[in-house]
Amino acid sequence: MRSLGSDFQQDFFSLFNLPARFQIDITLLEQHFRVLQTQVHPDKFTHLPESERRVSMQWATRVNEGYQTLRKPIDRARYLLTLHGVDTQEETNTAMPVDFLMQQMEWREGVEEALQDKDSAVLDELNQKLRQDVKSLQEQLEQLMDKQQDYPAAAGVVRKLKFFEKLVEEIDSAFDEIDD
Amino acid sequence: MALLQISEPGLSAAPHQHRFAVGIDLGTTNSLVATVRNGVSLVLNNESGHALLPSVVRYTAEGSVQVGDAAQALQSEDPVNTIVSVKRFMGRGLADVGDVSNLPYRFVEASSADKTHGMLQLRTVAGVKSPVEVSAEILNVLRLRAEQSLGGDLVGVVITVPAYFDDAQRQATKDAAKLAGLNVLRLLNEPTAAAIAYGLDNASEGIYAVYDLGGGTFDISILKLSKGVFEVLATNGDSALGGDDFDHRIYCWLLEKNNLSALGAHDTRLLLTRARAAKEELTDHIETRITAILSNGEMIDTPLTQQDFYAMSKNLVGRTLQPIRRALRDAELAADEIKGVVMVGGSTRMPQVQRAVADFFKQEPLTNLDPDKVVALGAAIQANVLAGNRNEEDWLLLDVSPLSLGIEIMGGLTEKIIPRNSTIPTARAQEFTTYKDGQTAMSVHVVQGERELVSDCRSLARFELRGIPPMVAGAARIRVTYQIDADGLLSVSAREQSSDLESHIVVKPSYGLSDDEVARMLQDSTLYARDDMQSRALREQQVEAQQLLEAVGNAMEQDGETLLNEEARACIHAAIDVVRDTLQNNDQLAIKRAVAKLNEATLPFAQARMDKSVSHALTGHNISELDN
Repeated sequence: MRSLGSDFQQDFFSLFNLPARFQIDITLLEQHFRVLQTQVHPDKFTHLPESERRVSMQWATRVNEGYQTLRKPIDRARYLLTLHGVDTQEETNTAMPVDFLMQQMEWREGVEEALQDKDSAVLDELNQKLRQDVKSLQEQLEQLMDKQQDYPAAAGVVRKLKFFEKLVEEIDSAFDEIDD
Repeated sequence: MALLQISEPGLSAAPHQHRFAVGIDLGTTNSLVATVRNGVSLVLNNESGHALLPSVVRYTAEGSVQVGDAAQALQSEDPVNTIVSVKRFMGRGLADVGDVSNLPYRFVEASSADKTHGMLQLRTVAGVKSPVEVSAEILNVLRLRAEQSLGGDLVGVVITVPAYFDDAQRQATKDAAKLAGLNVLRLLNEPTAAAIAYGLDNASEGIYAVYDLGGGTFDISILKLSKGVFEVLATNGDSALGGDDFDHRIYCWLLEKNNLSALGAHDTRLLLTRARAAKEELTDHIETRITAILSNGEMIDTPLTQQDFYAMSKNLVGRTLQPIRRALRDAELAADEIKGVVMVGGSTRMPQVQRAVADFFKQEPLTNLDPDKVVALGAAIQANVLAGNRNEEDWLLLDVSPLSLGIEIMGGLTEKIIPRNSTIPTARAQEFTTYKDGQTAMSVHVVQGERELVSDCRSLARFELRGIPPMVAGAARIRVTYQIDADGLLSVSAREQSSDLESHIVVKPSYGLSDDEVARMLQDSTLYARDDMQSRALREQQVEAQQLLEAVGNAMEQDGETLLNEEARACIHAAIDVVRDTLQNNDQLAIKRAVAKLNEATLPFAQARMDKSVSHALTGHNISELDN
């Protein structure tokens, strides 16, 4: 007896019928996500036998996981690198350029200051600027992965993005704190 | 090629009877039951024509239980035994409820020896009652109402819960349904239910916000409606903020105005009732008078203006704006990107609430559906679909889990495993390792919430994975998997990778009831006589078996030849025969076993069918069909 169907093993790009690239058509991803969930979602199986309900739950979970992974650029990049057998080494490789680290410190200080002053306007501004920086890193990723196929260099950009991801979280929780 | 049948997994080939299903809005203040009849969703009234059942339960010394209007009428007279707003206690410990000095009840901390926390209980003249039991009484009245009105047993129900309910509160709700003899098809988030009722009615497209302020809970959900898909983008809220708090503000103000202190249970309930009446009066009057005679004969006669009421409740209204900002941030949207704001819950009738929402979103909120009924109506529509009574229009609901789920790591810190606003069902796994040489056990502490410190989050469960082979620190690979199902309920499993040692638990929150406790309550329950329960269980089992036979028969007819070899078909047919045979006798357990066997036998078939349906989904004309 096989444990799961063959389709269940396919990678997320194939699952969503999209080319395995960093730059993807998000609208198409959304559309295919809905088509797939319409097929597999547990709500479609509540009145059916337990075996079908169980399979539906596994599939719906997988489709959600795939959607989450492909939707967020950093997760999509990580996943694509994994498919190419490249480890992003986010936990082990902490060597970053000095100017990048300096810039990160400036960001942190900016967020902390805005938090102390309870100034959500400044926080908003930082947020906007941050998004621009993130966007330019994403453009680098597209260049490195889709055009140059330089995956090790792309892994370096993902490590940088990880720092920005943490900053986004910090800004979010700063907003929350100012709200309280 | 039977492509159409494949792309409609729920469609049964054989025409079948309409299956009775209802939606229940189990509210803090009022509860309702609704169903879909001839394609129209409608609320079911009681014999006196009332739709709203006050969520009030009174226990008497003789052992009888009153629910609804009769209980509500006696709440000031018998405040200790008359439980109102029990929803606020669901899945909650005494410490969570906060200031209980103004509540007339005799609280009991749960006493199970193995638990550090427990759901609070209430001592009544009829004994100690759990909030789950009290809620079950309300559900039972609604079940009877529905069965009478529809003229048959219910296949299942959809029960709504506040979107911001945590795992403990959801589990408690499901337990209450079980206790009331209801088969829960789905726990549905209240704002999402409202969106269904609203969206299907108006055929809307775009991004909407649902602002749901009930008697005791507040939710905000941001939804994207497009092409028959309701996708919740983010949800937030406060599961301890609602109309009751507005009553309480007026009550405190009354005490101050009249120099009153330390009132008895009777007077407290009396003034709270009058406070609520004043609040409702101020919806369309600029002034009202609060009059009451206290038990010591003292006369209360205090005027209250709309202006004063707005002033004293300003920060309560303000507390609802904070979750809105958070939900918008999570959805990465600005207030002006919201196309419409749907108002749900009786408390949104307050003019100051409507004004605050209008100011925030810079548009008038939508109030054209009755805010008291819209949740039940939406739940009924979903129940109808889930029971297998499909209508022409096909739509899909994608909801999220409201709170992050994490695990305790070294130093009392939380490591998030499933972030908030993840579309459900979902699963995430994380690997952990041992921190001591030769460590053979690892304890897993499951927590829910956004804070960094474990002590600031809600503790859901603890369990231990034992028998890890002794290794040096850091060598073991323990994979912990969190799975949230479509009801928003969590199950957790842990597996040591090298030894394949597995420990699996369905999280019964520390605040929840154990299966044994639920079983005991069912036995003690006055809701059924014992014989009644057994014959009911048998009948349900028979129906389930028959439905299974029908469903498997249909599936075999559609795909048996193409997807299965002869051996596999023979295996399923053999299991079918066993179910048929056991159905001849009235042996519930035998039927149950045969059903389980058949389910097991058809699992690979179900997988093959799903594979086929998925691989067909993204090819051909299905996409363009969805676009229309």
